[in-house]
Amino acid sequence: MNRLSWFNTVSLTLGFAFLYIPMVILIIFSFNESKLVTVWAGFSTKWYGELIQNQAFLDAAWVTLRVAVFSSTLATILGTAAAYVLVRSGRFFGRTLFSGMIYAPLVMPEVITGLSLLLLFIGIGLDRGILTIVLAHTTFSMCFVSVVVSSRLVTFDQSLEEAALDLGCSPAQAFRLVTLPIIAPAVISGWLLAFTLSLDDLVIASFTSGPSATTLPIKIFSAVRLGVSPEINALSTLMIAVVTVGVIAASLVTKRAMMRQRQDEQAAARTE
Amino acid sequence: MRRALLIAVPYVWLLALFMVPFFIVLKISLSDTALAIPPYTPTLDLSGGWAGIKDFFSQLDLENFVWLTEDDLYWKAYLSSVKIALISTVLTLIVGYPIAYAMARAPEEWRPTLMMLIILPFWTSFLIRVYAWMGILSNEGYLNQLLLWTGIISTPLTILNTNTAVYIGIVYTYLPFMILPIYSALERMDGSLIEAAEDLGCSRLQAFWLVTIPLSRPGIIAGCFLVMIPVIGEFVIPSLLGGSGTLMIGKVLWEEFFSNRDWPVASAVAVVLLLILVIPIVLFQRNQQKQTEAEK
Amino acid sequence: MNATIFAPWDDPQAKPLIQFRNVTKRFGVFTAIDDLSLDIYEREFFALLGPSGCGKTTMMRMLAGFETPTEGHILLGGQDIDPIPPNKRAVNMMFQSYALFPHLSIWDNIAFGLRRDNMPKPDLEARVEEMLRLTRLEQFARRKPHQISGGQRQRVALARSLAKAPKLLLLDEPLGALDKKLRQDTQFELMDIQEKTGTTFVIVTHDQEEAMTVASRVAVMDQGRLMQVATPDRIYETPNSVYVADFIGDVNIIEGRATARTEESYQIDWAEGQPPLTAKSTTALATGQGCHLAIRPEKVTISAERPADAINAIQGEVHDIAYLGNLSTYHVKLANGTIIKAQTANTRRISRRSFTWEDPVWLSWTATAAVLLEH
Repeated sequence: MNRLSWFNTVSLTLGFAFLYIPMVILIIFSFNESKLVTVWAGFSTKWYGELIQNQAFLDAAWVTLRVAVFSSTLATILGTAAAYVLVRSGRFFGRTLFSGMIYAPLVMPEVITGLSLLLLFIGIGLDRGILTIVLAHTTFSMCFVSVVVSSRLVTFDQSLEEAALDLGCSPAQAFRLVTLPIIAPAVISGWLLAFTLSLDDLVIASFTSGPSATTLPIKIFSAVRLGVSPEINALSTLMIAVVTVGVIAASLVTKRAMMRQRQDEQAAARTE
Repeated sequence: MRRALLIAVPYVWLLALFMVPFFIVLKISLSDTALAIPPYTPTLDLSGGWAGIKDFFSQLDLENFVWLTEDDLYWKAYLSSVKIALISTVLTLIVGYPIAYAMARAPEEWRPTLMMLIILPFWTSFLIRVYAWMGILSNEGYLNQLLLWTGIISTPLTILNTNTAVYIGIVYTYLPFMILPIYSALERMDGSLIEAAEDLGCSRLQAFWLVTIPLSRPGIIAGCFLVMIPVIGEFVIPSLLGGSGTLMIGKVLWEEFFSNRDWPVASAVAVVLLLILVIPIVLFQRNQQKQTEAEK
Repeated sequence: MNATIFAPWDDPQAKPLIQFRNVTKRFGVFTAIDDLSLDIYEREFFALLGPSGCGKTTMMRMLAGFETPTEGHILLGGQDIDPIPPNKRAVNMMFQSYALFPHLSIWDNIAFGLRRDNMPKPDLEARVEEMLRLTRLEQFARRKPHQISGGQRQRVALARSLAKAPKLLLLDEPLGALDKKLRQDTQFELMDIQEKTGTTFVIVTHDQEEAMTVASRVAVMDQGRLMQVATPDRIYETPNSVYVADFIGDVNIIEGRATARTEESYQIDWAEGQPPLTAKSTTALATGQGCHLAIRPEKVTISAERPADAINAIQGEVHDIAYLGNLSTYHVKLANGTIIKAQTANTRRISRRSFTWEDPVWLSWTATAAVLLEH
């Protein structure tokens, strides 16, 4: 099947138009001169200028970034450990409960997670702030990390680890020198996923943040509740740009690596 | 020893920050509202010893749950959440299936790019993707401007702050969750199966109905659950795109908690919501398990 | 006996079931089938044999309707079938991957095609049961394809494609996924079923032994062209080209120059210091024309002394012995370095074998043993 039928072409065209047109409109109108966001009044970057001077947004962005870095790093460590336990540890007491606790947060409505964590923090008298958001984000994003990492671990040839042990590694060395380098791509994408989830989260952060720590989604949400604003368009454009560059760069890197591997394999085959 | 530690750390973390909070929610849902900090009673006082614990349990009751059944706001909200979730799941399937199908039939060298294009919106902020529709669907928004300009309509349509806008928002934001599992099911399918069906006398359409659809069923089921379960508890979409007529339980819970500061009722709402979700979650897990077993 | 020999291809009155008329198939710049004409007759078991990429699968897919000829026409029962889509053709195909529907039971897989024809339920059930009996699958009817063995899957695929009683059954490497022992058993089973049902079979294979075993006629293909179409014994005994001789079985090829001696008898000079060889041939060759001599190893006799009455005899020494159990193949090295293979049946125990490594031996064969081929 080398060519697409007209039906498939139409599906793809309409589908991608539906996915991308709203964002394209958003980006175009972030450069609108007018305060009225639905009327085009000429090109301008003034909203970006105003955005940079908006201290409240900058503070919120800084909080969000710190929360995302801390929580995703913590979630990656915990999630990788959890994946390793799930795939490699065999039977242990409460294994079913453990795997249930890994998978349940993936589909749990955010309002419930947020509410329950808030009630916990109040119950133990923890002041709400950056720390509580980090704890909350770590909890739900470690589950995503562990799903990503365990899907890689399942396809991992266990004899590699056994070979390392056979050659004199301790289990910890075998993990560090053999397992980790091989599952590294999955761990990295797990980290990126956790990072994005944290940057993105509104509901859980709203429950677990205090007056001292407002994240960017909370700030955006309270702004857009009042309607469309060009400043938010500008902010959205910046966020879309960062993500697009990141995703394209990541896919180019993996594609390059795959192509290099294929070339090397072909070259090796020729020398036979 | 090391193994025990490796198991214990994530285990304890999840117990403390996932399981324990649920029991707290359950407990508070059985408590009464109080004008205090925290705004509910009773509070567990372990210094009172056994009598204190007994006293604590004796004060718990199902009052809040009774309240949920009496005020029709709540059960209407549950019903309408489930209804919105079901309808939007079907809509997402109708929109997503042809896209997944076309992706699976596309030349192999295009597929990674198409995949990336599907995943890319998923990485951008959910909030921003919902927000983008506010400008499109409002009365003086781009869609109305386009329709007025082409002369299809003469007065602007009211779409924003209606259930229609909620459906559009849900289909838009949850589309990748539907496409990806269906795509992976279709892509694995052996192309000679379709040829075999045609060889045995099927028309194109019959082959699609009798072979392609049944073989992509695990993907369809997974996609539907991945959309339906989170949509039932959705908060952002109904509160930004929906109107006063849009009743969704996530929004009710939020308002109960933040506006009315009625923690026990909010907790009771959460408990019931969780009970509703248990069924589809269990079904979803079973479907996934069956699929992983089939692949072995 | 002589009246019952099945050979419609020798009968000028016989009407072919399938006719390829100057068929060419191109994929972009690549020519898969090059101006090919071929007749296949009813009740034939016809084998398309060739290395991968020779165009045999393309031929089959054109018959099934998944590809259409770029030029030329394919006729089925005298009717041009090019415009008929695959689902409307009285042709069924057994896929190389079997293509069994994984979501349907064996029973439903076999019934699949019949249901498309809206066959009445009792007839359909009877037909499916008949197919299950024919392929000895009765006790697996309720199972799903992943619950049965490879050999059973192969039989399900066969039953499914035969269920609609097609005029023509196409088999794409039907035994490729089976191990050797099972493959041999299944070959006879296929022939049996073909005979019982009277269906015309066209089989695609790259395994020459398989083609020779099952087929009434074999077409040897190379690079989109037919090299030779004939019965297995003629393909083996009188190949028409070095390509066919080399592709089918083991052969010694000797290159030389022919000189006509008497009618149909030629002298071949082939190497300095070696005696000329004698071969009979019906093809006329000019004197001094380059030629090839193809000799099957089993037609070469090996002996310690020069046989007195041998027409062709050359001397060498045993270089290698391949012991195959029932047969032994001797690789004999001549003085000029050429290796000639000779095969003998092992009628005696190995300890009493007449020759061993580095023994000087004589190789001999008759004038009709070798096939003389033009360049």
